[in-house]
Amino acid sequence: MISKKVTSVQDALQGIENGMTILFGGFGLCGIPENSIAELVIKETKDLTCISNNAGVDDFGLGLLLQKRQIKKMISSYVGENAEFERQMLSGELEVELTPQGTLAEKCRAAQAGIPAFFTPAGYGTEVAQGKEVREFNGKMHIMEEAFKADFSIVKAWKGDEAGNLIFKGTARNFNACMAGAAPITIAEVEELVPAGMLDPNQIHIPGIMVQRIFQGAKFEKRIEQRTVRSKNS
Amino acid sequence: MLDKIGIAKRIAKEVQDGYFVNLGIGIPTLVANYVRADISVEFQSENGVLGMGPFPFEGEEDADIINAGKQTITTLPGASFFDSAFSFGMIRSKKVDLTILGAMEVSENGDIANWKIPGKMVKGMGGAMDLVASAENIIVAMMHVNKAGESKILKKCTLPLTGVGCVKKIVTELAVLQVTPNGFQLLERAPGVSVEHIINATEADLIIASEIPEMVI
Repeated sequence: MISKKVTSVQDALQGIENGMTILFGGFGLCGIPENSIAELVIKETKDLTCISNNAGVDDFGLGLLLQKRQIKKMISSYVGENAEFERQMLSGELEVELTPQGTLAEKCRAAQAGIPAFFTPAGYGTEVAQGKEVREFNGKMHIMEEAFKADFSIVKAWKGDEAGNLIFKGTARNFNACMAGAAPITIAEVEELVPAGMLDPNQIHIPGIMVQRIFQGAKFEKRIEQRTVRSKNS
Repeated sequence: MLDKIGIAKRIAKEVQDGYFVNLGIGIPTLVANYVRADISVEFQSENGVLGMGPFPFEGEEDADIINAGKQTITTLPGASFFDSAFSFGMIRSKKVDLTILGAMEVSENGDIANWKIPGKMVKGMGGAMDLVASAENIIVAMMHVNKAGESKILKKCTLPLTGVGCVKKIVTELAVLQVTPNGFQLLERAPGVSVEHIINATEADLIIASEIPEMVI
């Protein structure tokens, strides 16, 4: 067994430098690598290009890096729910590349799978298609999209083992499973890190070969963005 | 004239037995509440769940189980979770039968705009561009006119597009419209709303048969 275990978030994030491009797993605040984000705030790493479906909220998730002006460019599909983001974008401090969600996911998957580019119908005839190659397949127009080229990928999983194998829970799988292995170095933070052999190989979502560093997060707040419930009386 | 719940109820009648359905944020989310109880339907949310159930009971919400609107949800028997790439794979490969979403504008050739107002609002397209580019059957739930009283049903969209030539049907507080190769056809009018009222509230031309039935909600 090749061990991927590192003992601290500081060790896990070694080599991340100013100006790098980083993939961040998560959808909204669900399944975000919150320990790594908190450490990046402490490290004061700047001029980052962050690829993430969303940009967090004002005081949590990637919103924490935005607050400290550590992000130069965001590549996302949806960036509502964040006033500071909107302010920086409208004032021109922050560069933003909006990408359709399925295209964003497939650009990660392509990088993970060693495919340089692909064609999708999403965005044909819109601003998103500007400057991109267009081709017709089966009577329908498609645009060419390229795989992401990032320096690091940071994902969050429910359980992991020392070999780097990952298991996700619920909809926290989202972009985490697409981003694992989509950069030269993938860092996985997990809620529970167990010795190799403790996880059933049949149940692994992402094999350890996609992960270079794994650590157990010190604490997970797992904040809920829209708490919606029904009453037991109704 | 219908309220938002009325629009949701009318759209719910379009949902058929055996359908997999993706619901957008806003009025479309309400549709799930009014689907007939005697048919089998599964709701897909593009963040990675099929077989979505109602909101959880108080105290049972789970931060790891949400829908695309980031709301806490539950799952029903037969549900499954998957990653984002897989989720859009099932959308692109047309496994999802019906997509219901909101819009700021729709044009008579079926173009839709719902993600950006230049200089005012830029929240992003989320999964809307992928959904409209691939879905076979797209129903738009929207208000017929904006807050300034201007028609959102147009000859040509003025806002940046989300997709071209994709909308099939529109349900508003006033009417049900079908997008045809010759433009919008008026299919039904809301209870108490006259055909003349609909014509006056619509910038685009309408194809109108002799008799327009009132919606059955």
